[in-house]
Amino acid sequence: MSFRVLEAKLWLMNLNEVYQQQKMDLTELDQAIGDGDHGINMARGFKELSQKLEATEYADLGSLFKDAGMVLLSKIGGASGPLYGTVFLKAAEALKEKTSVSTEELAAALAESLEGLQLRGKASLGDKTMLDVWIPAVEFLQKEVNVDWERFIQLTQENMEGTKQLEAKKGRASYLGPRSIGHIDPGAASSAYLFIELSKVCQGAQS
Amino acid sequence: MNNVGIVLISHSHELVKGLEELLDQIQQNVPIATAGGTSVNEIGTDVFKIKEAIESVYSEKGVAILFDLGSALINAEMALEMMEDEVKNIKIADAPLVEGAYAAVIQSGIGSSLNEVIASAEEAKSLQKVMR
Repeated sequence: MSFRVLEAKLWLMNLNEVYQQQKMDLTELDQAIGDGDHGINMARGFKELSQKLEATEYADLGSLFKDAGMVLLSKIGGASGPLYGTVFLKAAEALKEKTSVSTEELAAALAESLEGLQLRGKASLGDKTMLDVWIPAVEFLQKEVNVDWERFIQLTQENMEGTKQLEAKKGRASYLGPRSIGHIDPGAASSAYLFIELSKVCQGAQS
Repeated sequence: MNNVGIVLISHSHELVKGLEELLDQIQQNVPIATAGGTSVNEIGTDVFKIKEAIESVYSEKGVAILFDLGSALINAEMALEMMEDEVKNIKIADAPLVEGAYAAVIQSGIGSSLNEVIASAEEAKSLQKVMR
């Protein structure tokens, strides 16, 4: 598979569509255990990003992801702004001046994003955060030589669902303690969409 | 500036503006800046607003940052990483916003160092407000 500027743009544009559609669902998840703005924030940030992407030509993946990071950092708001901003700024560093990358290189860039997320949010696996989707997703992509994207989507959905039974240890939800059990973490949900849309674009790039 | 600058970060624009008014009553010679709310003053925090606030009160004496809730810290840390190399004498206090800022302003007002200002702010964490 080759992942190019075309695929990167398609991924983020499709992801924007998903966040617009899921705005109320994500907000409902966040109302249950957070401050209720996650859906609105993601929809706002990605709408700005899609407008930026539509209006700009990119020579390489690094410059595209850098722009994405800066837009999300300033437009999402809340904790998700710096977290999703970090995801794309770290990937931009890893993909600097690259015009086309393999699944392996893409996985390595996402591993940098994950490391950035861990430093920024200081959360661990099982804390009921976006990392409960991110850590196994990056591990899977780095381990598989030929990624089975259908299997990857399934795994990501399972990990998102898995946050339901966890007690929140980080973020606003942690104030709820055991009462946070029984709800999917909104950050895990928005991260799952990110990986699912990536899978779809990569599947398309393969065929 | 001969006093440590103080930056107040909150999810609410009005909250830190009110706090700033309160603090102005104690000390006029302490530079105070606020970064409350998002870029359009909605509820939230904004990394660029925080960066600007720090720069507006920065001197070689340094800057102490106080914040309200979790994501304000994430944005404050990100703002610190984005600062120019010569603007690095900045510390974030692990302290309650109101009491911590009060203590920090008093400490800064007497010309103390950044470490002393941060220590005063953090002591406010163990302040007993009601005697029982």
